[in-house]
Amino acid sequence: MRFLKNIFSKDSKDAGGVSERGIIVFHHTSEVIKAESLLREAGLDVKVKGPPPEIQTGCDMVIEFPILYQLQVTETLKKNRIEPIQVVAVQDHLLEPVSLYNVKELGDYLMVRAANMKITVEKSSLVIVNVSGGGCPDVPFLAEELVGRKLFEAPEPASQGQTLCGFSLHLAYEEMKRRCRG
Amino acid sequence: MSWLIVGTVPDDGFPLVHGPVSVENGHLSIGKRQVKIARGTPALAATACLAASELNSGAPYALLVGDTGKGQGSRKLYAHFVEDVAELQYGGFTFHYLQPDVYWHNQVLWAIQEKLDRPCLVADAGFMYVAKMSGFAADYDLFTPDVGEMSFLADEVAPHPFYTRGFLLEDESRVEEYISRAYSEKNAARHLMVKGAKDYIVRDDQVLSTVSSPRVEAMEAIGGTGDSLTGIISAYLMSGKEIPLACHLGALANRYLGLLANPTPAYSVADLLPYLGQAMKEAQQKFTAHQNPE
Repeated sequence: MRFLKNIFSKDSKDAGGVSERGIIVFHHTSEVIKAESLLREAGLDVKVKGPPPEIQTGCDMVIEFPILYQLQVTETLKKNRIEPIQVVAVQDHLLEPVSLYNVKELGDYLMVRAANMKITVEKSSLVIVNVSGGGCPDVPFLAEELVGRKLFEAPEPASQGQTLCGFSLHLAYEEMKRRCRG
Repeated sequence: MSWLIVGTVPDDGFPLVHGPVSVENGHLSIGKRQVKIARGTPALAATACLAASELNSGAPYALLVGDTGKGQGSRKLYAHFVEDVAELQYGGFTFHYLQPDVYWHNQVLWAIQEKLDRPCLVADAGFMYVAKMSGFAADYDLFTPDVGEMSFLADEVAPHPFYTRGFLLEDESRVEEYISRAYSEKNAARHLMVKGAKDYIVRDDQVLSTVSSPRVEAMEAIGGTGDSLTGIISAYLMSGKEIPLACHLGALANRYLGLLANPTPAYSVADLLPYLGQAMKEAQQKFTAHQNPE
């Protein structure tokens, strides 16, 4: 009974009981990006987070989800042929991704930064004129794909990105779109 | 001093190549391969090559592989590096855009420490991220973070700038606090070159000098201007300059690159490189004038 109380209590985390959140660990960051999109489309409350220190390997992320929906999560992934390494309950604090954006006006251009990635657009044409920052190898590749294209016609960085830098660029790109929609 | 630049090219079909680099017809040339100079390691290597020529040093070497973020290329490069480390008798290394991977980082670092005679180790971009995450940051001679990356180095639990905690988010007015915090947690190299509105040259938690002019705001938006700075610094190190002086002159030269090119945020780093020779002369003059005021 106490077990159930812990699961369904909003304060279960504070009480130190069983966690109500789970994490899905993947082989590769690109799978995280794809899985997040699929699980959101399925109506699940999922968030991309940094893994606990004991399972960090390098440029990695996990997906946090409500543990009660584990079956739906695993089925959705299975249908889409995504095989996670493991699905476990959260026992430790996960790292929160950066959620603040830095926006700078540069004359005829607008630059948005998310974490370590920046995207710059010409305000009159909405053409992406530059991508800067970052350190993972998909950044130069994504920049080639984006620079010179119109903001609303360019491929989403998340669709081709592989790393946390790619995901940061996607966040900057989404924020830029939000601001340019007027 | 001989120097090896280690990084990636954004093309999964690009093979592992090792050799001297040159700049021909606006492209980076290595072996029979030509690479576009847009940003990332090709921009760093091209800038280092042109700057080394200005300093009458020999061309740097590069170890490059194709990788668009999947990591296979980087792992192939890491494995090759560890296997052939005894052949890599360079005086210094600049590690750059590589997939962060703690296991392979440690293999590379330990191989260098075991087989080579204490080369100068510079890390930037993805390899700086993983050097910090590995806990071996203090084994490096120089990191070249921007302010955002400096706050990441200051956050002892963040494995990547994406997870830098909110209370440490980029704030130019708190750079010295970030520097101290990074050193106190052993998450900094022996020297830091912190790039920002004001550049900080640091050794062992002590700010040796700063550079804040000339300042061209468009440079922040241009992809590859951090890479060009690390390239210029690498060239000064190749020429025998001490790390603090190489960083100071590099910071000045990169700023003059912007001043002389007068770019908009739509410029590419390749558009700036024709001004590199003059920028380095201006940097040397400004530095000399500052050292010998009338």
